[in-house]
Amino acid sequence: MGGLIKSSIARKVAMALSGLFLVFFLLQHFSINFTSVFSPETFNELSHFMGTNPVVQFALQPVLIFAVIFHFVMGFILELQNNKARAVKYAKYNGGANAPWVSRNMIYSGLVVLAFLGLHFYDFWVPEMVYKYVEFAPEDPTRYYSELLHRFESPIRTGLYVVSFVFLALHLWHGFASSFQSVGFNNKYSVAATKFAKAFSIAIPLGFVVIALVLHFNH
Amino acid sequence: MNLTLKIWRQKDAKSKGSMVNYPISGIEDDMSFLEMMDVLNEELINKGEEPVVFDHDCREGICGSCSLQINGQPHGPDRLITACQLHMRSFKDGDTIFIEPFRAKAFPVIKDLMIDRSAFDRIQQAGGYISVNTSGNTVDANAIPIEKENADDSFAAATCIGCGACVAACKNASAMLFTSAKVSQFALLPQGQVEATDRVMAMVNQMDEEGFGNCTNTGACEIECPKGISLENIARMNREYLAASLKG
Amino acid sequence: MSILDSKIPEGPLADKWTKHKNEINLVNPANKRNIDIIVVGTGLAGGSAAATLAELGYNVKTFCYQDSPRRAHSIAAQGGINAAKNYQGDGDSVYRLFYDTVKGGDYRSREANVHRLAEVSTNIIDQCVAQGVPFAREYGGLLDNRSFGGVLVSRTFYAKGQTGQQLLLGAYSAMNRQINRGKIKSHTRHEMLDIVKIDGKARGIIARNLVTGEIERHSAHAVVLASGGYGNLFYLSTYAMGSNVTATWKAHRRGAYFANPCYTQIHPTCIPVSGDHQSKLTLMSESLRNDGRIWVPKRKEDAEAIRAGKLKPTQLAEEERDYYLERRYPAFGNLVPRDVASRAAKERCDAGFGVNKTGEAVYLDFAAAIQRYGTEKAYTSGNSNPTKEEVTKLGTDVVEAKYGNLFQMYEKIVDENPYETPMMIYPAVHYAMGGLWVDYNLQTTIPGCYAAGEANFSDHGANRLGASALMQGLADGYFVLPYTIGDYLSNDILTGKIPTDTPEFDEAENQVKEHIQKLMSGSGTHSVDYYHKKLGKIMWNKCGMSRNEKELKEAIEEITALREDFWKNVKVPGTSDTMNPELEKAGRVADFLELGELFAKDALDRRESCGGHFREESVEPSGEQKGEALRDDENYKYVAAWEYQGVPQKAKLHKEALVFDNIELKTRSYK
Repeated sequence: MGGLIKSSIARKVAMALSGLFLVFFLLQHFSINFTSVFSPETFNELSHFMGTNPVVQFALQPVLIFAVIFHFVMGFILELQNNKARAVKYAKYNGGANAPWVSRNMIYSGLVVLAFLGLHFYDFWVPEMVYKYVEFAPEDPTRYYSELLHRFESPIRTGLYVVSFVFLALHLWHGFASSFQSVGFNNKYSVAATKFAKAFSIAIPLGFVVIALVLHFNH
Repeated sequence: MNLTLKIWRQKDAKSKGSMVNYPISGIEDDMSFLEMMDVLNEELINKGEEPVVFDHDCREGICGSCSLQINGQPHGPDRLITACQLHMRSFKDGDTIFIEPFRAKAFPVIKDLMIDRSAFDRIQQAGGYISVNTSGNTVDANAIPIEKENADDSFAAATCIGCGACVAACKNASAMLFTSAKVSQFALLPQGQVEATDRVMAMVNQMDEEGFGNCTNTGACEIECPKGISLENIARMNREYLAASLKG
Repeated sequence: MSILDSKIPEGPLADKWTKHKNEINLVNPANKRNIDIIVVGTGLAGGSAAATLAELGYNVKTFCYQDSPRRAHSIAAQGGINAAKNYQGDGDSVYRLFYDTVKGGDYRSREANVHRLAEVSTNIIDQCVAQGVPFAREYGGLLDNRSFGGVLVSRTFYAKGQTGQQLLLGAYSAMNRQINRGKIKSHTRHEMLDIVKIDGKARGIIARNLVTGEIERHSAHAVVLASGGYGNLFYLSTYAMGSNVTATWKAHRRGAYFANPCYTQIHPTCIPVSGDHQSKLTLMSESLRNDGRIWVPKRKEDAEAIRAGKLKPTQLAEEERDYYLERRYPAFGNLVPRDVASRAAKERCDAGFGVNKTGEAVYLDFAAAIQRYGTEKAYTSGNSNPTKEEVTKLGTDVVEAKYGNLFQMYEKIVDENPYETPMMIYPAVHYAMGGLWVDYNLQTTIPGCYAAGEANFSDHGANRLGASALMQGLADGYFVLPYTIGDYLSNDILTGKIPTDTPEFDEAENQVKEHIQKLMSGSGTHSVDYYHKKLGKIMWNKCGMSRNEKELKEAIEEITALREDFWKNVKVPGTSDTMNPELEKAGRVADFLELGELFAKDALDRRESCGGHFREESVEPSGEQKGEALRDDENYKYVAAWEYQGVPQKAKLHKEALVFDNIELKTRSYK
């Protein structure tokens, strides 16, 4: 992947664009999930649509998976390269004096989010794939909500989700706003755009936390 | 005041270096940081030891020679100044001060605190100019009016002194602020338009070749820049680069 | 006198340069490819010369001691660059710029050179704008100008307080274009240590690679010295720490005459010395004198109380202050030329009215300007009855917009807020008008060796006006040297590459190596700085702002003794085969120790007061001008060019008579 896009700026823009795509996906994911809080029927309907619509399944889903993989693999490549760019480290480095912790530690917040994605895939995506494409089980448009509830029975898993969302928020806090800069957007609208991005970075993960907790305690 | 200095000593480019402790006394508030270093060196010379080598020249914050990482920050704790403009009143009696060279793979150490920043020169040689001959009868200077705002922004970008604090501060040792300042200076002027496409491509390619890290928008460069060069320049360079890439 | 042929072309003043350009020989493009030129120094003069010569097709090698050409000290020039563009329509012309420059130089410069400078000044601005130098502009998008140093027109182009930086980056970018083409080979962290002469012509240099310590031979068909001025002779100055006289001094020792070394500019507005640790002085732009009022207390007791910290300047009422420039020079007031303002400050401080703890500082006060601007601003924004606080606030904003960066710099260094308490300033060594003697073609008395910019004795006579140095450096490099050097090189088209394995190179290299060996083998009692500081003290006290016979003679003796001691006892740690800044400094100080002696000798010889050179024996005896500098045109209307004779004080004087056909010599009066 590093070989495809060589220049540092092209990579940076690719990181920003894939990130923005994931932000958009997150919003969509959140919107659907949020219906589970107040209307299990709507949730089931939407989930069924997403799970069976061929465009979603065979066009959007591969793009999404590619974006996820691209984003983290490129993130690793860049991190390794950045590490090499300063072979001898400082004896004393006061990074906190000029940049916030979240901005300097995207790799760690990213790694937590990546680990979470593993868990999340294991919880939902893998069983779903097995259900549909391995076992060829019969369609059941009402199964989604109960499966969802089932996953949030365990307080440990719910806790893990909540912690992961906090890291997701940290990752978004820097990543979303900074993607504007990466694609060259820095003008008089930037202050507003940054405010929006920061609000989004708190609101969406917080919403996910609420959903997780509601589902856990609804059980 | 009395201080403990922890200074990076390295015999030459090939040798391994290490931090060495130097207690120092009799430092006055009015001294600049480099004058404090002069005091230390005078002591070392009188003791028969080799003085600490560091780059410095104008001592008024404009030549960009200073390249000291002081207590983990380029040019020390104050903002909008270089190390030569930092005064000892910023420290207090008993302080321990870490003094290291700006560190980046693209800035190899020559000796002690002195580094080789010729990578910056090569980036500019790759395209940081307008190809105009010195004929003496180019068009009249007032033939092309330039919007004041653009002229001012171009000037602001051009005030970069090429010290490398941006690279030193960046956790990735990225040279984007420096390169973008140079690209922006010309991109904002009509004279710079003709070669704009080639310029940004060539300069970015050279920057990458030198082994600087990638920009992750932490903003540390802008904060540590002694001339306050804005991050807007990086965004502008990103735009210029994208446009140039699409144009081919 | 006969040896010095200034080669000024015949004909009317305004036509000389054009005619000369039309008549000199050219080198055809194919032959230029076979000709090498060495340029030492990469500031405005060297950088612009190197770029232009490479552009023409010559193979250029540049040398600078800094790690990048862009760091040459031209970068520190703040104020601006003059050009007779007359964009403001205020009556400026090439002739006026010429006239102001000759008069400002106290009639000690060459008419023809200065006129050429004024002619090409307009080309410089065109060239720089085409290169992308971002000069200040007005809202209409056209270039802005300001007035400078008390001249009557606005002809100074500027880029905030960083004009030198912007111009140098322009020249550097032109160099970069040629480096990218392979036409310039840039040698950074290299120091020229000798010039090599073959058959009497300059044919190369010996340089030390400062990183490896290696001694290198470089040959060329011509050598251009653009290595700047020698003000660091005084130890404390506004020069860069590395600024030195070595390149030009070595050329002097090899036969280039050194002209007018005693013409040194002491700039009136610098931040005063704070203590013995001081390594360098910082200039506050002359533009501050447009709005600041200079004063000291009227009563000595008040000055003493201020020095003791018992009294604050703001506590002194208007009538207790002595605005001595306004008092002595009512016509020009605070805007008198640099030499006059500097001497007046020294006079007050010597009389015991100095205001900082060392007693060597005067006030530069912006309180009146703040009130004036504040009232004006309040009025234009419709507030006809503003409170005192409102006026101060508005006025402070205006002053901040104009000088904010300078005020901030002052506060960083002195730790006092100049908006609230007056600034303290004192004169400091700033520029060297003297330098290598050159003819109209900028060639020194060594054929093939040229000098440009501050390194030559230049066009500034005995005193330089503000915003003239940048103009001269770029004029020499962009528009004069590239033409005149071709005339000389047209004889070299068949010469072929100059070999470096010749006895002349052997001899020069051996001499350099011996010199270094000698520096390294001092007994080791005192550091290099010890000697440099001592030399600086002698120069400042006895060859500074005012000079007299007795002290100049003492200075010569003291410098001779100091030099002997230096060679016996200097301590240079480390080895010579590696990066060794102490060794570099030692070599430079060794040359200063010789130049200082010649400086004093030149000052002693010139028993008149002119420009930056003030002889206490030569003052107006009576009348309105009583006590002011008295020039002696009858006996001293000449350039003093010194020929090296083994020891500086034995140097032989050659006089180039100055002829003024177009300007009437007048007493400079600023009353």
